[in-house]
Amino acid sequence: MTLAAESSPATAQPAALAVETPLRRFLSDYFESWVATAALALLAIIVLLAIVAPWIVPQNPYDLAQVDVMESRLPPGEKHSVSGYTYWLGTDGAGRDLLSAMLYGVRISLTVGVLSGLIAMAIGATVGLIAAYAGGRVESLIMRVVDLQLSFPAILLALMLIAILGKGVDKIIIALVTVQWAYYARTVRGTALVESRKEYVEAARCLGLSHNRILMRHILPNCLPPLIVVATVQTAHAIALEATLSFLGVGLPQTEPSLGLLISNGFEYMLSGKYWISFFPGILLLLTIMVINLVGDQLRDVLNPRLRR
Amino acid sequence: MRSMGPPALEVSNLKTHFFTKAGIVKAVDGVSFAVAAGEILGLVGESGCGKSITGFSILGLVDEPGRIVAGSVRFKGEELTTASEERLRSLRGDRIAMIFQDPMMTLNPVLRVDTQMVEAVRAHRNINTAAAVHLARDALADVGIPSPEHRLKAYPHELSGGMRQRVAIATAFINKPDVIIADEPTTALDVTIQGQILAEAQALCARTGTAMIWITHDLAVVSSLADRIAVMYAGRIVETGRTADIVSAPLHPYTKGLIGSVPSHNKRGERLTQIPGMTPSLLNLAPGCAFRTRCSQATQMCLAEPELADVGADRAVRCFHPLLTEAGA
Repeated sequence: MTLAAESSPATAQPAALAVETPLRRFLSDYFESWVATAALALLAIIVLLAIVAPWIVPQNPYDLAQVDVMESRLPPGEKHSVSGYTYWLGTDGAGRDLLSAMLYGVRISLTVGVLSGLIAMAIGATVGLIAAYAGGRVESLIMRVVDLQLSFPAILLALMLIAILGKGVDKIIIALVTVQWAYYARTVRGTALVESRKEYVEAARCLGLSHNRILMRHILPNCLPPLIVVATVQTAHAIALEATLSFLGVGLPQTEPSLGLLISNGFEYMLSGKYWISFFPGILLLLTIMVINLVGDQLRDVLNPRLRR
Repeated sequence: MRSMGPPALEVSNLKTHFFTKAGIVKAVDGVSFAVAAGEILGLVGESGCGKSITGFSILGLVDEPGRIVAGSVRFKGEELTTASEERLRSLRGDRIAMIFQDPMMTLNPVLRVDTQMVEAVRAHRNINTAAAVHLARDALADVGIPSPEHRLKAYPHELSGGMRQRVAIATAFINKPDVIIADEPTTALDVTIQGQILAEAQALCARTGTAMIWITHDLAVVSSLADRIAVMYAGRIVETGRTADIVSAPLHPYTKGLIGSVPSHNKRGERLTQIPGMTPSLLNLAPGCAFRTRCSQATQMCLAEPELADVGADRAVRCFHPLLTEAGA
C-alpha cells in the first residue's frame, strides 16, 4: 500500500483528481491474475464452509450418539441403514460421516493455523520492532536467539515441545507459535531497519513524538506489506505442520479430528482398498494449503516494489 | 552580533564529533551564532560541511557514533546540551521545529495529512482532536494551500512536491515555535515553487516572530531571504555578517568563490568562477586553515589556525588574508 505512494509520480496535481487510492490500486493489481483470483475465491469458500460447518453438516461427528460404529468404512454414496441419509464421501473407521468430519477437520486446521499465525505475528513483530529500534546489544541478543531458533527443523522443535507439553489444541498452538515467531521477527526487523532510516522517522522525532508512538504508528504500518506476505505463507506452514503432527499421532485428540488425524485414521485401510478415508481429507488439506500459498504469492508480487511493472 | 533584540537561540563554540572506527570526524568544530526572534539566519555551505549536523545538534538528535563534545546551545537562555531527553522531546516540534530537504520522504506515506498534523499538535498540547484539526486547517491555509479541508484528508502521495513541502512547513509552524530549523527545504523543488515557498516562510516568520535558521548550499536562495548569513566550511564558520554586506563584499575567499559560482544574468558570457577541488574529508583534518588547499590567497601563514575575527559592525571572518574589495570591510 505504501509502495503505491512511492511509485506514483509526484507531479500528480490536485488531490481531488487523484481517484486512485492505494487500496484500489492494490486490488486491481491483485485481480490481474485469474489464478490468484480463483485461489482467493476458493480460499473464501473453504473458510466460509469451515465457519458455518456446525450448521450445515448432516451429522455432528463429535456427538457419539449420532455416530454408529456399525456404519464404519462405508464407501462413498452408501446410504444410512436407518435414516436413508446418503454418505456422499463415505464414512471413516469410527462410522463418522466423512463429509461432516472433514468440514469439522478443516475448521480445526484453519483455527489452529490462523490463531498460531496471529499470536506468532504479534510476538514476532513486537520483538523484531524492538530489535530494529533499540539496536546495539539488545538487537544482537534478539537476533542470535532468532538465528538459533531458525537453525532447528520446525518439526523437530514442535515434536519436542508436544512431548513436554502433552496433547491438546492449546498445546499445539503454543508449539506452532514457538516454531514460527522467529520468521516474523526476522522479517519485521529487516523492514523496520530500512524504514527507521527513512526521513519521515527523523521528522517524527523532530516533532517530539514518543518512541512508542513512532514505533507503533509510523514504523509498524510501513512494515505491513512484507508482514502480510510472511503471515499468509506461515499460516499455510502452520496448517501443514499441525497436520503432520496429527498424522504422527502427537497432535490433536482423537475425539476432535483435524484433517491430519483423518488422513492418519484412514491410512491403515488404504491397502484394503478403502481409499476414501485418507484420500478426501488429503485432497482438502492439499487444496487449502495450495490456495493460501497462491494467495500469498500474489500478495508478494503485488506488494513488492521491485517486481512492479 | 545581534541586530534584533535578545537571541531566541544562541549557539556557542558547538563541537559535534563522530567517533568512527577510522578516526574522529569533526563534523561541527566550534560553531557559534545567534538568531533573534523574527530573524532569518542563512547557514550556507557545501555538502558535508556540517551544516545539517549543526541543526540536529541543536535538537539533540545526533545519532551514534556522534556526540556533542563541547560548546553550548542556549534556547532563550536555557542550556540544551545538558538538558534531559524528556525536556528536549517536549521542546522538539513545539518550541523548536524542523523542516527537511525532501518533502517526498518526510511525510509518512501511510498516514493522512490530518493524522500527521494532529499528532504533532497533540504530542505537545492537551486538546481534543477536533480542535487540533481546526488548528491544522488554519495552518495549511496560512501556508497558502487552497481548500485545506480537502488536503487534510489526502495521503502524501496525492499531493505534489511543493504541496507536500507546504504541509511540512505548516506542520513545523503549527505549534507556533520560537525557532525553526529549515534544512535545505527548497532544494528538491522547482524554481517557481521554491520562490513561493521562500515568500511564505519569510512572511510567516515576520508575522509570528519565529526565528529561523535556513540551512542551504545555495547562496542565491538566502541572499533574498535571510537577514544575516553565516558561511560554513569544514565544520567551522568562516564568515558571518548581514546578508547585504556579505553578498556585495565577501571577505573570505571561500564566500567569494560561492558567490562567483552562482550564475546570474549580468555575468552572461563570462566564465563562472569556480572553486577548485572539493570539500576536504573531515576525517583527521590537518591543522591550519581548512580552505588553504583550494584557496588562491593561501600562504605559509595559513598552516596556522586562523581565528574568527570581528571586522566592523556585525561582521566576522576567519582568514589571514581577507579580501579587500572596493566596498571595503
